[in-house]
Amino acid sequence: MSKLGKVSKNLSDNLDEELLLQKPVSVWKRTIKRLLSKRSGKIGLLLICVIFVIAIAAPIIAPYDPQEVLIGKEVVKLKKREAPCIHVFGCDKVKPQHIMGIDGNYRDQFSRIIYGSRISLSIGFSTVSFAVVGGVLLGALAAFFGGWIDNIIMRMMDVILGFPSLLLAIAIVAVLGPGIRNALLAIAIVTLPAYARLTRASVLTVKELDYVKASLALGASPTRLLLFRILPNSLTPIVVLATLGIATAILDAAGLSFLGLGAQPPTPEWGTMLGSERNQVFSAPHLVFFPGIAIMITVLAFNLFGDGLRDALDPRLND
Amino acid sequence: MSNQSTQLEVKNLTTCFKTSKGDVVAVDDISFSIKKGETLCIVGESGCGKSVSALSVMGLLPTSGYVKSGSAIFQNNDLLLMSSKELEKFRGNRLSMIFQDPGSSLNPVMRVGDQVSEIFQIHLNMSKHEGLEKALEMLKQVEIPDPESRMLAFPHELSGGMAQRIMIAIALACNPDILIADEPTTALDVTIQSQILNLMSEMQLKTQTAIILITHDLGVVAEMADNVLVMYCGQIVEYGDVKTVFNSPIHPYTKALMKSIPVIGKKTRRLDAIPGRVPSLDMLPSGCRFEKRCIEKNNYVLTNCQNKIPPIFSLDSLHGSRCWLEKGNE
Amino acid sequence: MITYILKRLLISIPVLFGILLVTFVLARLIPGDPCKAILGEKATVEVCEKFEKRFGLDKPIHTQFLLYSKKIVLADFGNSIRFSRPVSQILVERFPVTIELALGGLVVAILAGVSLGIISALKHNTPVDVGTMVLANVGISMPVFWLGLMLAYLFGLLLKDTIFWLPPSGRLTAGLSSIPFFEVWGWEVLKGTTKSKFLEFFANHYIFNALITGNWEIFKDAIRHMILPVIALSTIPMAIIARITRSSLLEVLGRDYIRTAKAKGVKSKNVVSKHALRNAMLPVVTILGLQMGGLLSGAVLTETVFGLSGVGRMLVEAIYARDYPIIQAFTVMIAVTYMFINLLVDISYGFLDPRVRLE
Repeated sequence: MSKLGKVSKNLSDNLDEELLLQKPVSVWKRTIKRLLSKRSGKIGLLLICVIFVIAIAAPIIAPYDPQEVLIGKEVVKLKKREAPCIHVFGCDKVKPQHIMGIDGNYRDQFSRIIYGSRISLSIGFSTVSFAVVGGVLLGALAAFFGGWIDNIIMRMMDVILGFPSLLLAIAIVAVLGPGIRNALLAIAIVTLPAYARLTRASVLTVKELDYVKASLALGASPTRLLLFRILPNSLTPIVVLATLGIATAILDAAGLSFLGLGAQPPTPEWGTMLGSERNQVFSAPHLVFFPGIAIMITVLAFNLFGDGLRDALDPRLND
Repeated sequence: MSNQSTQLEVKNLTTCFKTSKGDVVAVDDISFSIKKGETLCIVGESGCGKSVSALSVMGLLPTSGYVKSGSAIFQNNDLLLMSSKELEKFRGNRLSMIFQDPGSSLNPVMRVGDQVSEIFQIHLNMSKHEGLEKALEMLKQVEIPDPESRMLAFPHELSGGMAQRIMIAIALACNPDILIADEPTTALDVTIQSQILNLMSEMQLKTQTAIILITHDLGVVAEMADNVLVMYCGQIVEYGDVKTVFNSPIHPYTKALMKSIPVIGKKTRRLDAIPGRVPSLDMLPSGCRFEKRCIEKNNYVLTNCQNKIPPIFSLDSLHGSRCWLEKGNE
Repeated sequence: MITYILKRLLISIPVLFGILLVTFVLARLIPGDPCKAILGEKATVEVCEKFEKRFGLDKPIHTQFLLYSKKIVLADFGNSIRFSRPVSQILVERFPVTIELALGGLVVAILAGVSLGIISALKHNTPVDVGTMVLANVGISMPVFWLGLMLAYLFGLLLKDTIFWLPPSGRLTAGLSSIPFFEVWGWEVLKGTTKSKFLEFFANHYIFNALITGNWEIFKDAIRHMILPVIALSTIPMAIIARITRSSLLEVLGRDYIRTAKAKGVKSKNVVSKHALRNAMLPVVTILGLQMGGLLSGAVLTETVFGLSGVGRMLVEAIYARDYPIIQAFTVMIAVTYMFINLLVDISYGFLDPRVRLE
């Protein structure tokens, strides 16, 4: 019996060793691999890169200055709101080429759309950054300290969420005055509660975990715990929400600009461009069509990427 | 070996799953049969294919699974060749199955009474009212206290043991010929476990239902089984009646299992675990699947063990083992 | 169950208070002088003093708030500074438009969204599924106002001389008007009373009005005018509902109790309709409240595009004109409606999911 015992012990050691020698797979590598394997994530990422490139290379790509009024500067006299003229598709070579036509102020629309990408991207990122920082802070504070702090913060969030979001944004802009900066602030305020709630839920869960209680009992500083242990573990859903939030922010900003409450003319923001030409949709549909498509493609890019990210980060899917 | 009292005869059943790494064989060429009133226990570790075998027979495999080959003759019908529509008439009626976690096996938004009465409405063509009456009777039969108010309860209001009794009530409602129980007591407390097992035995005496009991708990096997099927890595490695398999196991895996059962009162320093782990289904060895962990192998059979999958050698018509060491003993 | 409902109602009260406070504060914070905004820059100090006294703008702030709260609760919204008409009257005229629009959008979004979601889930991983999800993704990325304008262009201009033509603006064709049901039925109603406002409110829902008076011409005309705005408005919620229905149904179909249902011999179509659907709809119901908020917001944009005189458009105009009574009243009404809808959604969720009632 003892001889068999020894044999089995050696066997078990060898087999366990085999297990230990396998390399663990890094979480990041696995996430990126999964992200790139799904169609939606790939296309989203690709589109985002394209848009970024367009935004950065705007001065090179745009044939005209976006603010340049072209009366009298062209060889052939231009009509206001002229339809697109693309030489490759048969437009008379004598007329100057304007791929997306001329807007109501004799400016080249294509250039304006190109430059508009810069504005939309910065709107998306700055709004979400503000909302995430504010929301995460408030949510973490509420969850960590509990009690009346939690109550007050969450009631405030409830009040904000008690209004349909765009309407509250409109009201805030009405108070602060129209303009891009105020529109950004308004949208950030309106979207903040989602991050606050999410963070609060995450922190509440992690707070109850044994290792946190143990650390506190051993005298660890609550702030350090919050910043370095608790929050990083709750990041995933926030990252996904933020990516999708960029899409929503761009849409909301365009809506505000459309109503005249966001970016003001002559800024080449897509919503503003759409809004100023909306009464001419029947005579000059290209001035409505192209800005809208630009918005749609950009928003779609972030939505697809956010979806892909969410699926890639889903802990329930096992390889 | 078709006998009048044989209810189900499974021959050479092979089931595969489609995965991102290709098709994987989860159940490899298993065969068994069960007679009226018998209890057959299929025992093995998690992932050995015992549940998948049952699901294959019932036609309840998930979309990524499919039966590659084999037959399952039940009352002159091959279940594996039947369409969904045809199988629906058998399921819940002549063939029933209960599952591991009773809490999640019941529809959370339907009242318990409605869920039991549903089976009467489907198979015995009863109206809702009649179904509810019979449901109440069934609840009494499975010894549920205060059955009238339980009928109106929702599943989340029941304890695990209570929920499993409901599942048994549903399964036995139409007096099926075969009841497949997939780890019915694994999710329950030990005390409740014995109650449920007793209930199943009692019902079986009344209705002569054949029971296929899937479990990884050798204690349950000892208590309930007439015959035992030991599975490892998708294959049957030993079969026989319960006394023989427990007292004189042949296959090294079965032997190791029996040895690993702790004996109360005996002093040991270290529990006898089986070293190593089950090979992954997508990286199966070309020879015997237990070979790496086997301590019975000797140099005489080692080449075979490592390179050829042993067939099942039958000691006699009732006891067999899939091991090269038995080659001379047939 | 009753406790559940009561608890939900109780929570609404502080939210209501918050809404009143926020609307009051926001309206007051809007820079600019209402007197000058309405009477013009040249209005003299005395004129403005009289103006302020008339509208109670000279009292201290907290008094104003208390008066305001009291009035709101009693549904006395005061008079519009801009139009010199009771705000409640303006509400009665304009709210129905927004309600018809939002309700229409909700119904279409739910019917189409749920159906598409179910079809996608049942035909999982087939071209139908992939195609629908691609469309859904595109749908949630489209700006409402752009879609509206494009639809107006397509159906209002391009298809002008075909049978597919749809009116791109307004509620009724010029020359047609909806006759309130109480006039049709010959009821005696005094103008300006609460009763008349109540009846007018319902009568201003042209589609409903035409239905109960049997006026098919108006009915068809009103519906035709609603088609484009409703499609534009419902697209985003529809896409969201489709996606959630699909993922929810797929998840439910993988659950243990569905396997039990199949093991019981339940027919596959009944497995979906009787067992899976009700469970799958729970997450959808949860987001319905949120979608309503989106619909009310989107209504502002849609009304602007299609020239519908609803609450949203008027609100934007009132903000420009610093018409406090309208700003306050309209914002409160919209917020209260939204709150009420969320309450309904919460309560109905309690009916659908028995597990929640224990809370």
